[in-house]
Amino acid sequence: MAKFHEQGPRTPVSVSTRVDKVNPKYKSVNSVRALLVFIMAMIGLIPVFVMGITAFKARADVVSVPPKLIFEPTLEGFVFLFTNRAVVAQSRLVEFREAAEAGELNLFEQIALNTGQEITGPSDYVFRLRNSVIIAGLSTIISVILGLFAAYAFSRFEIPGKNDLLFFILSTRMLPAVVVTIPLFLMFRQLSLHDTHLGMILLYTVFNLSFAVWLLKGFLDEIPKEYEEAALVDGYTRLQAFFKIVLPQAVTGIAATTVFCLIFAWNEYAFALMLTSEKARTAPPSIATMLGRGGIEWSAIAAGSLGFLIPVVIVTFVLRQYLLRGVTFGAIRQ
Amino acid sequence: MTTTKAQDVGVPPITAVRQRRRQLSDRAIINLFIWPTLLLLIGINIFPLFYSLYLSFTEYSAIARQQPVWIGLENFANILNNERLWRYFATTGRYAVMSVGLQTILGFGLAMLVREKFRGSGLVTTLILIPMMLSPVVVGLFWKLIYNPTFGYFNYLIGFSNPSLGPDMLASRWAGQPVPGLALTAVVIVDVWMWSPFVMLLVLSGLKAIPDYLYEAAVIDRASSWFQFWRITLPQVAPLLLIAVLFRTIEAFKSFDLVMGLTGGGPGDQTELIAVNLYRQAFLGQWRTGEASALAYIILIVIIAISNLYIRYLNKMRGEG
Repeated sequence: MAKFHEQGPRTPVSVSTRVDKVNPKYKSVNSVRALLVFIMAMIGLIPVFVMGITAFKARADVVSVPPKLIFEPTLEGFVFLFTNRAVVAQSRLVEFREAAEAGELNLFEQIALNTGQEITGPSDYVFRLRNSVIIAGLSTIISVILGLFAAYAFSRFEIPGKNDLLFFILSTRMLPAVVVTIPLFLMFRQLSLHDTHLGMILLYTVFNLSFAVWLLKGFLDEIPKEYEEAALVDGYTRLQAFFKIVLPQAVTGIAATTVFCLIFAWNEYAFALMLTSEKARTAPPSIATMLGRGGIEWSAIAAGSLGFLIPVVIVTFVLRQYLLRGVTFGAIRQ
Repeated sequence: MTTTKAQDVGVPPITAVRQRRRQLSDRAIINLFIWPTLLLLIGINIFPLFYSLYLSFTEYSAIARQQPVWIGLENFANILNNERLWRYFATTGRYAVMSVGLQTILGFGLAMLVREKFRGSGLVTTLILIPMMLSPVVVGLFWKLIYNPTFGYFNYLIGFSNPSLGPDMLASRWAGQPVPGLALTAVVIVDVWMWSPFVMLLVLSGLKAIPDYLYEAAVIDRASSWFQFWRITLPQVAPLLLIAVLFRTIEAFKSFDLVMGLTGGGPGDQTELIAVNLYRQAFLGQWRTGEASALAYIILIVIIAISNLYIRYLNKMRGEG
């Protein structure tokens, strides 16, 4: 036995809680593994990186052959994205140059001038982005509130046919957007909800509701029932117990759910494409149609995508421990 | 006397007692809490489904002035006899098999690699997860730029610096020659890029849940690592892996955004997935609402069949957890 302590086991061990028993070969395998993962992650991020640099390229640099990695960064893409422009007539060019030198033009106007154009107004994209914010924001708030109530009821009470109801709620989320959209289109047209903010908010609320119920139920299930029972014994009403005991405990879960709903509504494309045309159109379908209009402005598309991407990347980092729940409807917890 | 006693056990004074009289019964709370959600779901999801079931038996176009005309099963017969639609279903199936297969392999591999912590593993894992959170249509668009045969990065990265010799993925051409299937491969690559992390995430949580003593016992029995993988790791992760596969399969049949952003179904109809074709029939050209509704129902049945399996497994998981 003493000999065993000096020598360790004869075969190298790869899994052990004792550091001295782990095989040195295993440690080097570990660092090779880390390197491999790192390389994979970098390869995975190439497309994101490409989009990031394209957003800051001038038009000529975007289409250069071979593609440039080193270039002079410009905000041209962003200017193209957010503004409508017209070509400046030769006669007025001098006038503009003087104004630029006198410092009368703002940054965007100067950049537009460098490409021989003047800004005539904000582009459609600005309005679409505003629509996206309004629709995603309001629908998220409503669906989280409704979802929270429903989730609480499902989590705490005996409800006849509970599992069937939950199944039903989840199954609505499994429907392909395109399938539901045909009748919705007709309904919305009948109710004059087509291409309105109200219609889209309603639709996205429902779209996120099933998700919110499932995810929040997962979070609420984790809060011990005993807390509320103690409060009830102390004379709180059910509603008081819900608002004063359960809600503060569930804040993290609610925050995570809110952000997931926000992302889904923010990224949604199919409904927006089919149920809006002008007034209530959100940003994703409008980025897609930007390609069609005269001269493909890749830098503008990249700039638009970048604006879409950055919030999502931040969210991914903030929510990393909840991602698993988020993508499996709260069914699987780490 | 009574008051002091009540305060001793913490019962709030008279005001609260009065409130209690007004308080809602549990029954009322359940109704109040659940019905708004159910009504919304019924109004915006279930009613439309029945409406489109009716439409699927009619001849109707949303842009025509005519009312729907009942034609029975004719729409379904037309669809099942339409060779093109069978081809789109086949394309969707091929796409699902390829992308889900690759995602499973890559995702599983990645999960095995990041399974044990190393310096910075949390950060790297999160970086790997970024693609799946992005908007598919935006992803489709910027991959379109990456695939561009002249100024895109893809060809350079796989070693073709001369545009006329390399592949033009989205046009299904290689050095000018048509290579059918290249465009679908391009879509599969993007889908795999986006969703392998999803499989990784699920498998990873499965791996973390495997109790250490199983491996310790195997080490004591001098089991080879190959044996450990097949007899411990794989069976233990299998339920979660299956969930990931089912989920991705459902999503593949629903796949719409990505293809719209990337190829729009082209070139020709090489990447015309069934959901894309449904959109085209329902909202473009002649707006064949009736026939599109019938097609939607056929797709729905396929998806419900897969979803059923998925939800059954979820319930089982929840039952255990």
